[in-house]
Amino acid sequence: MSEHATTHAAHDPNLGNTGLDHRKMGMWIFLGSDCMFFGSLIGTYLAYKGKSLSGPTPYDVFNIPLTSYSAALLLASSLTMVLALAGLQQHRIKAAAGWLLATAILGLHFVLNQVYEFASFALHEGLTLSTSLFGSSFFVLTGFHGAHVTGGVLWLLILVSLAWRGKLDARDYTKVEIAGLYWHFVDIVWIAIFTVIYLIP
Amino acid sequence: MATHAAFMPGAETERQNVLWSWLTTVDHKRIGILYGSSAFIFFLVGGIEALIMRVQLARPDNTVVGAQTFNELFTMHGTTMVFLAIMPMSAAFFNYMIPLMIGARDVAFPRLNALSYWIFILGALFLNASWLLGVAPDGGWFGYANLSSAQFSPTHSIDFWMLGLQILGISSMLAGFNFIVTILNMRAPGMTLMRMPVFIWMSLVTQFLLVLAFPAITVALILLMFDRFFGTLFYVPAAGGDPLLWQHLFWIFGHPEVYILILPAMGIVSEVLPTFARKPLFGAPVVIYSGIMIGFFGFGVWSHHMFSVGLGPVADSAFSISTMLIAVPTGVKILNWISTLWGGTIRFRTPLYFSLGFIAMFTMGGLSGVMHAAPPVDLQQTDTYFVVAHFHYVLFGGSIFGLFSGAYYWWPKITGRLLDERLGNLHFWLMLIGFNVTFFPQHFLGLIGMPRRIYTYAPDLGWNFWNLVSTIGAFIIALAFLVFILNVIKTARAGQVTGPDPWDGRTLEWSIPSPPPVYNFARVPTVHDRDDFWLEKYGDGHGAAPRARPAPVTAAEIAAIHMPATSYWPIVLALGMLLMLSGLMVSTYQIIAGGLLTLFCMYRFAMEHHRPPAGHGP
Repeated sequence: MSEHATTHAAHDPNLGNTGLDHRKMGMWIFLGSDCMFFGSLIGTYLAYKGKSLSGPTPYDVFNIPLTSYSAALLLASSLTMVLALAGLQQHRIKAAAGWLLATAILGLHFVLNQVYEFASFALHEGLTLSTSLFGSSFFVLTGFHGAHVTGGVLWLLILVSLAWRGKLDARDYTKVEIAGLYWHFVDIVWIAIFTVIYLIP
Repeated sequence: MATHAAFMPGAETERQNVLWSWLTTVDHKRIGILYGSSAFIFFLVGGIEALIMRVQLARPDNTVVGAQTFNELFTMHGTTMVFLAIMPMSAAFFNYMIPLMIGARDVAFPRLNALSYWIFILGALFLNASWLLGVAPDGGWFGYANLSSAQFSPTHSIDFWMLGLQILGISSMLAGFNFIVTILNMRAPGMTLMRMPVFIWMSLVTQFLLVLAFPAITVALILLMFDRFFGTLFYVPAAGGDPLLWQHLFWIFGHPEVYILILPAMGIVSEVLPTFARKPLFGAPVVIYSGIMIGFFGFGVWSHHMFSVGLGPVADSAFSISTMLIAVPTGVKILNWISTLWGGTIRFRTPLYFSLGFIAMFTMGGLSGVMHAAPPVDLQQTDTYFVVAHFHYVLFGGSIFGLFSGAYYWWPKITGRLLDERLGNLHFWLMLIGFNVTFFPQHFLGLIGMPRRIYTYAPDLGWNFWNLVSTIGAFIIALAFLVFILNVIKTARAGQVTGPDPWDGRTLEWSIPSPPPVYNFARVPTVHDRDDFWLEKYGDGHGAAPRARPAPVTAAEIAAIHMPATSYWPIVLALGMLLMLSGLMVSTYQIIAGGLLTLFCMYRFAMEHHRPPAGHGP
């Protein structure tokens, strides 16, 4: 019996029976839960699609080229996230910090585009939260996605600042990997939202 | 601060303030005790609300409370019992028992566990603060749109309900992430998934339901919040909005929630019966599969709460069939529980009485459930007292009997003292009789047409007699819980002190002292079977001898155990979240202040152990 006690105390406290890190498994389960969250919001949008009684329709307001550019930014940020992780794994901390910063900037650019989009809808197209069902469901769905991206940007910037202060190295691979899982998820959700809201007539 | 000193178990207690040590605790056992005692207090609050309602309904044209107060009472009774009593009582057992039964020293994320508790208790207090401000929620526990809109509910009553549930939901989901990881990742060596005790399995299914079902109500509540505060139109029919959207989102959460309430009790019963029948659970793998099936089908039956809205024959048929299907795994479980008793060496002790009560009462609740799985029958019964009777048979006759079975079963493990057997028996019989006297007549009342949620009724409707009977029953239930409280006090003063294994138990928690030391297991055990501790004591009955008792644990082994340090960030973070969400009713500045505090606390929480202090940890 006693050999288990000693081996148990010696090995990585975050590693469990499944061979997955606790924190990583926790993040996967959170993402599963978040799928239901966005699923419910997207379901609401679809349930109300074409049911607005007044106000502009989606095709009066959408600026597909701008939003496609935003989508491209977010897709590119998944690549930089992967490069950051690779850099960390190869002990190239400065490169990793640079790629993390690039990811954060791409994310921030996406959020700023969204702010611009929301503002132009509200100021020039007369579409607000309380204009119509379309306004309500569009702003709440894309707004919660934007909030997810904003949270991710903050998270990335904290990692960058840790790296600059010498507090992030290859030991922290899992922490950065988890931030990456979250980031890729938010990216994938955007692909779903972009397709469902903007592309499908 | 003593944050780092607590790396040594036992070193913390003496110098520290007792209150501070509880506020900053990350010990799953202490958090379990906090959950259990908070839940019992809210159970009493919900019970008192029920008693006032029963007094009002005892005779026709009664004037004890008015219509508005009655609305507040049934709304808060339902909300309290579901979210503040049964769920946290189950959470108490998850917290206390899961690590003990899987051979772990704590949960996967001890600080997150503390955070779940503090968010829960602050949300619960917030919800009940509405009583003190005179704006208790009054929209029913499922708060149907568009009664909940700013137009029809202009006061803060719905705000308290909506924000309170949102806060409680965050707590439940965080706990769900934590326990899934704990169960999947922290099992003792040798404990494969199929060797996990059935209570652990049912807990695991419950956690999956929590993390997958709560997002739906989160979204429903967010949409309501935007409607009430920011002028969106989700539930506004005048703008084309459909109040049915609320019903769908609510019940996509609400039906899995029913299984969130009952599966932990099923798990408890599956532990109690084998212990007191002294034989293994009959067909344990099938009980496990049935639990998984129930969880899976639980997501496909939500519209049976909505037959009366007219979804059309196709939807009605589909949801009717899926609802009837769910009766199959449930029936399988009932068969297995009864078969466990068959041929067993049964010892009638209080935990077993409560488990038997569970099986009988839950079966009756299940049968009336199958009745209104058929839409034509449901149309007759919906929104009558028949439905009230049905879900009390499931949630009181089921969940509460199961949870009290667990309370009597694990009390000696948690406190080191056995609850008094005679008072326990008295509690059981009073509760069983009181329960049936209260709720069985409600079937009759419903079938002769008494609707739910009415605050009074005319004397010539034929409802007088059974209503009076029901009220008398409610006071018998109240008496039963007074006996329980008396039992707890008596046991705390002069209860029989017990050893590690008072019931001749089968699972790992009985192999360690009562109450368990802070580190639970001095040596992490190796597991060979579902009933591992039983086999260690008695062999497998097919020739394998009992295992030799391990050598006594040395002081050096105990000194080498590292336990997580206490932390005050969970409670501060929970306060920040409360400040932020309640700010919606006060001012934007409070939202911003609360939001900044929440972000700051999240940062400090995440960074607290970013690098372990020198000389500690890996």
